[in-house]
Amino acid sequence: MPTWEAAVLEISHIDTFYGPIQALKDVSLTVNEGEIVSLLGGNACGKSTTMKAILGLVKPRNGHITFNGRRIDHRPPSVVVKAGISPVLEARRLFPYLTVLENLRMGAYTRRDKNGIRQDIERMYDLFPIVKDRRCQVASTLSGGEQQMVAMARALMARPKLLIMDEPSMGLSPLFVEKVFDIIEQVNQKEGVAILLVEQNANMALSIASRGYVLQTGEIVLKDTARNLLNNPLMQKAYLGVA
Amino acid sequence: MFEQLINGLTQGSVYALLALGFTLIFGTLRMVTFAHGEIYMIGAYVGFEMIRLFAPSFVLAIMAALVITAILGVVVEILAFHFLRDAPHVTSLLVTIGISILLINLTQLIWGPETKSIPYALLDKLDYGEFEVWGVYITYLQIAVLTVTVLLMAFLYLLINRTKLGMVIRATAQDYEAAYAMGVNVNVVFSTAFAIGSMLGGVAGVLIGVYYNLFYPTMGQLYGLKAFSASVVGGLMSLPGSVVAGLLIGVVETFAVELGASSMRHMVSFLFMILILLIRPGGLFGGRELIQARGD
Repeated sequence: MPTWEAAVLEISHIDTFYGPIQALKDVSLTVNEGEIVSLLGGNACGKSTTMKAILGLVKPRNGHITFNGRRIDHRPPSVVVKAGISPVLEARRLFPYLTVLENLRMGAYTRRDKNGIRQDIERMYDLFPIVKDRRCQVASTLSGGEQQMVAMARALMARPKLLIMDEPSMGLSPLFVEKVFDIIEQVNQKEGVAILLVEQNANMALSIASRGYVLQTGEIVLKDTARNLLNNPLMQKAYLGVA
Repeated sequence: MFEQLINGLTQGSVYALLALGFTLIFGTLRMVTFAHGEIYMIGAYVGFEMIRLFAPSFVLAIMAALVITAILGVVVEILAFHFLRDAPHVTSLLVTIGISILLINLTQLIWGPETKSIPYALLDKLDYGEFEVWGVYITYLQIAVLTVTVLLMAFLYLLINRTKLGMVIRATAQDYEAAYAMGVNVNVVFSTAFAIGSMLGGVAGVLIGVYYNLFYPTMGQLYGLKAFSASVVGGLMSLPGSVVAGLLIGVVETFAVELGASSMRHMVSFLFMILILLIRPGGLFGGRELIQARGD
């Protein structure tokens, strides 16, 4: 069970804008150490913007974001990644013409400890056997599911305390979706890394998360434990597909 | 016949060097620069001054050109691209054209519009004459040009394919947003790619400047255009394609001279390029993105 003593990531009351259009309104969210939290919502509701704000790709106009007690809003990704947040980007975004191994090395870009990197590559091979099999292949030749494994391994290469994953189920066959979520749970338990899971597939996401937030047109409309959300009639109607 | 082939390869290897720089810059930033020919020209003048003022040494001339054109490349990147990252591509393109005109005019101000040459007393110390192999005459200057270009190509190959910097340049070229999200300072990568590309152009300037011993402010215009064309013919993002296209153009041009069309050699080489593009619209090595992974 997750420990509840400390919040690793704390987003409080952020507003973000794309030009005149407000993408996030007063969004607050916390992720505790070692916990899986899912951030749910339909298309264009602000899920990816939240992720971009955490990474420093979008600057919030108001509010602030702290990580391990340090302000990280208005800092570039290089600082955020070094602090211990690593992204699994939407649609995976592997470097298509780098090999799988080179993709892993890019994940460790901010690190300088050569031996540690080498050990971590071996660790990723254990965690994701497919990554080992494909290590010399160019990333674009892999299937979507395989690419998702590489994307996770690449993100873990930064040795993060928090993994933020943007729609890991996107474009995968149902069979692979299940496998990916199994692995996410494994990564969380084995590596003790906290995970913020941004997903449209609410059923799947809540099945492995301890808590969840629901975003609608840029605002948090619901937040609760995963179990309560799964049983919430509003959720069942809008996101979980229960008749 | 063989002599013309050597002449063509010498000329072509310099085109290849210029095209490589162009390809590296385009591949990384996805932006066209029209100041490349003028960076080549500045490299030539730097080499000229080094030889004239200090010593008739290729090494000195090339070293100085490397330093100056690297700095110049970073300046062009910052002025034309860094400040205009969110502007339409055409804006950056126009700024590079502006910079190229500015550089030509500055050169005219400093060195005058006339053609300069290295005095023969100095040139003699650089030019060791020629030698004969199986009836083919090759000059030592040609050997020097070919050696330098081959060394630089090998250096570039190793840099791009075997170093961490090279991997980061390739990653940024393929998906700079993802690279940025991994913590890469993409602005530094863009400037670095520009610096390396410009250094290749600068060395090409020294080599051709000394080879023909002609230095004039507009000497880079045709070469810049040919580098761009060679890069396109090579497949625009392919480093090996740039080398092959550059060599081919050099050889075709020299054979045009051999066949008596010396005043039309540029027309012949451009017609040749149009022909290649008609047959393979994506260029010789097109369709494959070749700032790509090593194949092991």
